[in-house]
Amino acid sequence: MNKTVIKALIPLLIFISLVILLYSGLGKDTRLLPSALIDKPIPEFNVPSLLTGKRIDNETLKGQMYLLNVWASWCPNCRIEHPIVTEFVRQNIIPVYGLNYKDEPADANAWLNQFGNPYKDILVDIDGLVGIDFGVYGAPETFLIDAQGIIRHKIVGELNPYNIQNEILPLIKKYK
Amino acid sequence: MLAEIGQFTLVIGMLFSLLLAVLPLYGYFTKNDNFMHTARPLAYMQFLFILVSFVILVTLFVIQDFSVQYVWQNSNSILPIRYRISATWGAHEGSMLLWLLIQTLWTGFVAFYSKSLSRGQIARILAVLGIISLGFAAFVYFMSNPFIRTIPAPIDGNDLNPLLQDIGLIIHPPILYMGYVGLSVPFAIAIAALIGGKIDETWIRWSRPWTNAAWGFLTFGIVLGSWWAYYELGWGGWWFWDPVENASFLPWLAATALIHVQAVSEKRNAFRGWTVLLAILGFSLSVLGTFLVRSGILTSVHAFASDPSRGKFVLSLLAIYAGGALFLYALRVNKLKSKIGFELSSKETLLLTNSIIFFSACFLVLWGTLFPIIAESLNYKISIGAPYFGSMFFLIMIPMAVFLPFGMMYKWRKDQMKRVVTLLLPLLLLSAVLTVITAWYFELYKIRSISYIFNSFPVNTGRIKAITGIFGSYWVLTSVLYYFKVYKGNLTRAVWGMQISHFGVAIFIFGVTMTEYTDFEIDSLMHPNETKIVKGYSVEFKGVEKKQIENYQANIGHFVVKKNDEFVAVMEPQKRVYVRSGNPMTEAAIDPGFTRDLYISLGEQINTQGGWAVRIYIKPYIRWMWGGGILMMLGGFWAATDRRYFRMAKKRKQENIDTYLAS
Repeated sequence: MNKTVIKALIPLLIFISLVILLYSGLGKDTRLLPSALIDKPIPEFNVPSLLTGKRIDNETLKGQMYLLNVWASWCPNCRIEHPIVTEFVRQNIIPVYGLNYKDEPADANAWLNQFGNPYKDILVDIDGLVGIDFGVYGAPETFLIDAQGIIRHKIVGELNPYNIQNEILPLIKKYK
Repeated sequence: MLAEIGQFTLVIGMLFSLLLAVLPLYGYFTKNDNFMHTARPLAYMQFLFILVSFVILVTLFVIQDFSVQYVWQNSNSILPIRYRISATWGAHEGSMLLWLLIQTLWTGFVAFYSKSLSRGQIARILAVLGIISLGFAAFVYFMSNPFIRTIPAPIDGNDLNPLLQDIGLIIHPPILYMGYVGLSVPFAIAIAALIGGKIDETWIRWSRPWTNAAWGFLTFGIVLGSWWAYYELGWGGWWFWDPVENASFLPWLAATALIHVQAVSEKRNAFRGWTVLLAILGFSLSVLGTFLVRSGILTSVHAFASDPSRGKFVLSLLAIYAGGALFLYALRVNKLKSKIGFELSSKETLLLTNSIIFFSACFLVLWGTLFPIIAESLNYKISIGAPYFGSMFFLIMIPMAVFLPFGMMYKWRKDQMKRVVTLLLPLLLLSAVLTVITAWYFELYKIRSISYIFNSFPVNTGRIKAITGIFGSYWVLTSVLYYFKVYKGNLTRAVWGMQISHFGVAIFIFGVTMTEYTDFEIDSLMHPNETKIVKGYSVEFKGVEKKQIENYQANIGHFVVKKNDEFVAVMEPQKRVYVRSGNPMTEAAIDPGFTRDLYISLGEQINTQGGWAVRIYIKPYIRWMWGGGILMMLGGFWAATDRRYFRMAKKRKQENIDTYLAS
């Protein structure tokens, strides 16, 4: 084989590694929490609130079971999810906190003004660092966290009546 | 019964694809004319049967046969007829059948417009297209069959996703697929040439109009998608760097590089290997996009039902098409070597630079899109948002705009750099002056806020970027106009096409820059008969009325907009709830204009005194952005009709007749 042929094999090799990568990504269900974080305490954080500007840390939220909903104004699915979050809050089962992920606070406030604010409080995560600690894959995502601050469940993608009924509500019962 | 017939014609169509994939190639290798001649009729039959199958699926939606699972899932008895038709391609199964239909349609076009090619050439091209159709037909039949029944038949269906109940979504997918699938034609031509072991300029000349046409459709499809997102998602955004949008953008970038490098390989017979690689890349990215969107490997707005087994199937198709193509490329690479060298100071160099810029942009978008998967295989999950794409893309488009006029003005073979610089220097000064005037007139130097799309650093770079953008726009614009003064005379359609597209680029850059950096928005609580002044427009809120329309309940807001006491528009944004699914939707009201859009969307009802949250935007020059895209598309189509491509066709026909007479 001459040099040209060897060089010409490079695109093929790159392509083969891409296919292997994609294949390995397929088997995994991206909607499952990485096992490392199941039943572990939430990561430490200390960030301002979007609503009051006061600092919130992981200790502040302890003592109650709640949902932590990751959202952003740039995320169209969050908009689809919004009425469902609102309805869930209206039923007064457990409070929902927001994690405003990689967003401009001004955009976030505008979004809330337009669609309404269902959240009890909202954590500001401009650079996405809290998100990284939580293993956030993209917005929207929702974590179920119990009174001891242990992560019990995670939903990747939007909340819907189905996963609330079949995943969230049974787990709330179980850990309450 | 009808569903079974649809299923049956799908299978027959698939069998024709199989024959098309095998017989002509067999004929080519055994030098058997009879087998080679089967290519065209098989291509037509394949199209015909898939068309019947598709028409049957549309009919099933129109007559509301809810015993068919796919119809039941995506339609219901109160869905208006126009959306019943478009629901055919509103979800995964039907949209794949549409894809297949368009694949066979392009194959039919190639069969019809290929009179100028020799038997061996057309046999190979159509056979490669047959292999592609076969893969997708098998995917539709085995993995996403839209004709499957549910027993017992439900009384009424679910609902079509309300986001999709919209005129934009009726036309967007067919146009976009015309682009995606159209790229299979230059791909097939390249592969057919590799099989034959010979690529000369006639091959490339013949593939140019196909590439241009596919690129035109792809451009238009992307524009439509962006326009749809703008008015339908209800908060004024027009591009989200969502994986599905990237899936359409990636092949566009590759095809743009391909178009430019084809010019070199046809005219100067150089860079043939690179041309073949880009042709492979373009269509492979179309298939990769399908994989990303439909396998559930990435979460996205365009939530197609995701299924790993479907993912595996599409991935296998990709592996066969692209892997096979790249393998063949490596086998044949020695025959692709260009004997002709090129000078550094020439059009060739600049067009090569162009293709490298677009290739890099393509790579960076692909990297950003796949990064979550790469990160996950290293066991952590992360997402890259709009900020990465925005700032990356801005940076890479700077050299694009800087070099564009040079590429246009430079001559083939060898040119004096001094000549071109002297030519462009006055334009540089002119653009600078125009930029200063524009910046002063629109007060660009006062820009403080930065929009998220170009913002990844917390520094205020907004005004620098805005002024850079305006300058880039004038730089391209003035040089396009000046071109006609320098290169007078009888310009070919290909040149006109090129210049229409480049003019579109200038308009596009201007529109994007103005929209992104000078837009204005307010959010407020408004009560009936309250007036707000927004940038010189007085917006009066008349109140909200409840109404039952077609298949939804609507709260309709009434606004009267005036400027200097002169009436501008009545605007009626809506808040809808779809009866069947209970899904809510915000329908923005838009008053489009040449220099600005007014955009009002209705939020929530805040109190019992009729107070509503209202969001009002002024979007300056946003139409110019889509207008630029449409000009690019027109340029692509216009260039595709250049006489040169057909003149050769005539000549070849004569040759064919001659050989026939001689034999």
